[in-house]
Amino acid sequence: MAEPKTKYDRQLRIWGDQGQAALEKASICLLNCGPTGSETLKNLVLGGIGSITVIDGSKVELGDLGNNFMVDESSVGQSKAKCVCAFLQELNDAVKAKFIEEYPEALIETNPSFFSQFTLVVATQLVEDSMVKLDRICREANVMLVFARSYGLTGLVRISVKEHTVIESKPDHFLDDLRLNNPWPELRRLAETTDLQVSDPISHKHIPYVIILVKMADEWAKSHGGNLPSTREEKKEFKDLLKARMIALDEDNYKEAIDASFKVFAPRGISSDLQQVINDGCAEVDSSSLDFWIMVAALKEFLAKEGGGEAPLEGSIPDMTSSTEHYVNLQNIYFAKADADFLAIEQRVRNILKKIGRDPNSISKAIIKSFCKNARKLKICRYRLVEEEFNSPILSELQKYLTDEDYSVAVGFYILLRAVDRFAANYNSFPGQFNGAMDEDISRLKITAVGLLGDLGCNGSTLTEDLINEMCRFGAAELHAVAALIGGIASQEVIKLITRQFVPMPGTFIFNGIDHKSQLLLL
Amino acid sequence: MAETATQPSRSRDLDKLLLRPGNLVEPTFEPGPGLRDDLKEYVKVLVVGAGGLGCELLKDLALSGFRELEVIDMDRIEVSNLNRQFLFRVEDVGKPKAEVAAKRVMERVSGVNIVPHFARIEDKELEFYSNFSIIALGLDSIEARSYINAVACSFLEYDADDNPLEETIKPMVDGGTEGFKGHARVIKPGITPCFECTIWLFPPQVKFPLCTLAETPRTAAHCIEYAHLIKWDEVHSGKTFDPDDPEHMKWVYNEAVKRAELFGIPGVTYSLTQGVVKNIIPAIASTNAIISAACALETLKIASGCSKTLSNYLTYNGAQGLHTKVTEFVRERDCLVCGPGILVELDTSVTLEKFIGLLEEHPKLHLSKASITHRGKSLYMQAPPVLEEMTRSNLSLPLFELMGKISKDIVHATGTTIKNDKKTSSLIKLRVAFKGVDGVTDMDTAGGA
Ligand SMILES: [Zn+2]
Repeated sequence: MAEPKTKYDRQLRIWGDQGQAALEKASICLLNCGPTGSETLKNLVLGGIGSITVIDGSKVELGDLGNNFMVDESSVGQSKAKCVCAFLQELNDAVKAKFIEEYPEALIETNPSFFSQFTLVVATQLVEDSMVKLDRICREANVMLVFARSYGLTGLVRISVKEHTVIESKPDHFLDDLRLNNPWPELRRLAETTDLQVSDPISHKHIPYVIILVKMADEWAKSHGGNLPSTREEKKEFKDLLKARMIALDEDNYKEAIDASFKVFAPRGISSDLQQVINDGCAEVDSSSLDFWIMVAALKEFLAKEGGGEAPLEGSIPDMTSSTEHYVNLQNIYFAKADADFLAIEQRVRNILKKIGRDPNSISKAIIKSFCKNARKLKICRYRLVEEEFNSPILSELQKYLTDEDYSVAVGFYILLRAVDRFAANYNSFPGQFNGAMDEDISRLKITAVGLLGDLGCNGSTLTEDLINEMCRFGAAELHAVAALIGGIASQEVIKLITRQFVPMPGTFIFNGIDHKSQLLLL
Repeated sequence: MAETATQPSRSRDLDKLLLRPGNLVEPTFEPGPGLRDDLKEYVKVLVVGAGGLGCELLKDLALSGFRELEVIDMDRIEVSNLNRQFLFRVEDVGKPKAEVAAKRVMERVSGVNIVPHFARIEDKELEFYSNFSIIALGLDSIEARSYINAVACSFLEYDADDNPLEETIKPMVDGGTEGFKGHARVIKPGITPCFECTIWLFPPQVKFPLCTLAETPRTAAHCIEYAHLIKWDEVHSGKTFDPDDPEHMKWVYNEAVKRAELFGIPGVTYSLTQGVVKNIIPAIASTNAIISAACALETLKIASGCSKTLSNYLTYNGAQGLHTKVTEFVRERDCLVCGPGILVELDTSVTLEKFIGLLEEHPKLHLSKASITHRGKSLYMQAPPVLEEMTRSNLSLPLFELMGKISKDIVHATGTTIKNDKKTSSLIKLRVAFKGVDGVTDMDTAGGA
């Protein structure tokens, strides 16, 4: 019925039917359902995620009522996984919700193959040792993994996926694809057949700026040995020429042309970002390559051949001052070129598929079309195994963070979040978890953290006493507001990973709940 | 410390923050069970809006040590709220948001008391807002933010040196989201910039020129706005368009389709029609959760001092990777809303009626149909009729007498102004001073009161 459409209207406007379909197909596994985990799932369940499996071995205690909305008085003493799961199910009956009363650590140790059934695992409140083990398991099984942890006024979110490729990265501000610096014959012809000198003032001010610029650039090139304006003086002269063509002060089309004249001066060809994608080793495809890389291989060929160094045309144009007729004509010309480029790429994709021994029709027209439309915006995200990062972080970056004022608190928390796990491994509780031995815990945590930094090859003196004290004060508390924030971020990243739209965050996000100067650390 | 490690407590996690001393805290922080109890008993928080942010805020505050909450919202629950407003279920559609939200949170968090107000924010008296320690805003409209901001700033008083009086500062936390983006901010009137000081952060929406709609439509949105803004009035003489009436929306959609066909323009859909006509802002649960949590955390910090506060504007953008940024905006010295107030100098003979007329003519104000309040007492009320009748006799009396014959004082005026071609409710703080009355009278009156 129409109901899900209405219910999901506000999010369909963001990720569309395809994004929604991907969410509804996904199965998510949650490890530990304290507030951080529960809040993460809540946001996904509301959005209509396919299925959830909640894993937690603990029983609800009185303390849980103070930080977790998904449990209440009647839950005390019962399985936390069961209570949280029941509440989540209440939020959206379209979601398949189930729970397993078991400790995640046990599952990681005894049943690693368990995780391979999921699209994505959200692992909350895990200590370092379990993170490392789970990460290896998920990487092997090709299951996406998101870590989330709340700890006092700090916390972290970290994605772990070998490779995540995005076609629909949907950047907010991206230069339109008008090709004014390199018009193709049909666009040139349209400009040629348009009379800029038309005497009727209404017609004069309704010639779209695209046509004005193509035509003027052509004229310029003819009188400048085929070159477009390149020096500052030339650019200014070009703009003055445009200004001189105005016959009235209110000609918005000419104002737009002057503002957009930089599009004529822009260098031809593809961006360095796209060049990097093309040069990626994965673009040398074989039968085991992902569809994405097969399309990149086709794009690479296209650039060298019929594209003449330009990516396939996007095909849509922004609104601009114009008569309806001119505008529709322009739209048609851009659309036709985009379609021709698409057909060329499609042909190359089919040929490549044949060559590597796969069904030439195994990639749908719709996907190739979307790839062409978004070719300039392709994104590739790769994540190190957490074990690699923990054992050998990028030292130059770490040094930089430690000495940069903007990063010092965030990187301090990063180190301390690791230090508390070492602490817990040695002393069987987190620093400050219980009242009493606070001073002793502070000095022990300091020794642990300095030792950790030393192991990484860094000077420990960069950690402030204040921050170490603060970490002990937190005593592993999972505050609801912090958990809701960390869970909110984790769920947002999950949505981006599953819909394959927008760009997931790189590195490790460290939440700084003291003054909100949180940071992404790329280690 | 008095507590033992094993004693189970509902505030197990929060106690770590509220009972233990810290180094990175506000100077006012006094850790201990007393602080925890004070939060419960004495700190009253008003949540404005029970939508995507409001639902989250109520939950977050209820689980952050606050016990006395109130929530105000004039809307009823719609199906399209259910993808993020997690306190509502399908069977709640049509019920007042504030009431359902309050009930759901109280059901789950025992001990919390939430008073719902199913009302327009403009319909509450200033007195109502003055009762709260902190106001948390979960709104999606600039007008509503502006109004609450003016209310909170109206309580602000300055000393003789134009320094804000600490006890008159009514702090606000404000959140807003759009898609994967959002902001959270802390407003301490008189100290950090108020909403109006940084109004440029919210530029008014760009409208299509009418001649484009009428003569040279190019996009689907042009066709839709033609049907909505031009064709509707042509056909339905006098009948106002109601965006919530599905019949009206259908009509606009059909007309837009016809126009698009006529001009060869693709892309008119029913969903786009709704989006354009109602100016729908896309919204998702995760972003609301992030922003509300940041606001709730700041509310806790303002109330307890348990950590530094956000200074003063946080932006979040999760669309391309993840970007957060804290910006320290500064106050606008001459802000009409959070500044010391506009000075109006009057003769002692000016009547209340004349004064109301002056506000309409005032070049900076243009406030029409003003109601006037002085120190919480209504001097003249335009509505409701009962109050109007009760206060009407004041109109012919000199304002000087009505204000207790003091030389200068703050007066609040509410009325309508025109902003961006739209009538808006405004609340304005005025410093009224009477000519020829010296400060001694002021002291005497104050002393004798
Ligand atoms: Zn201000």
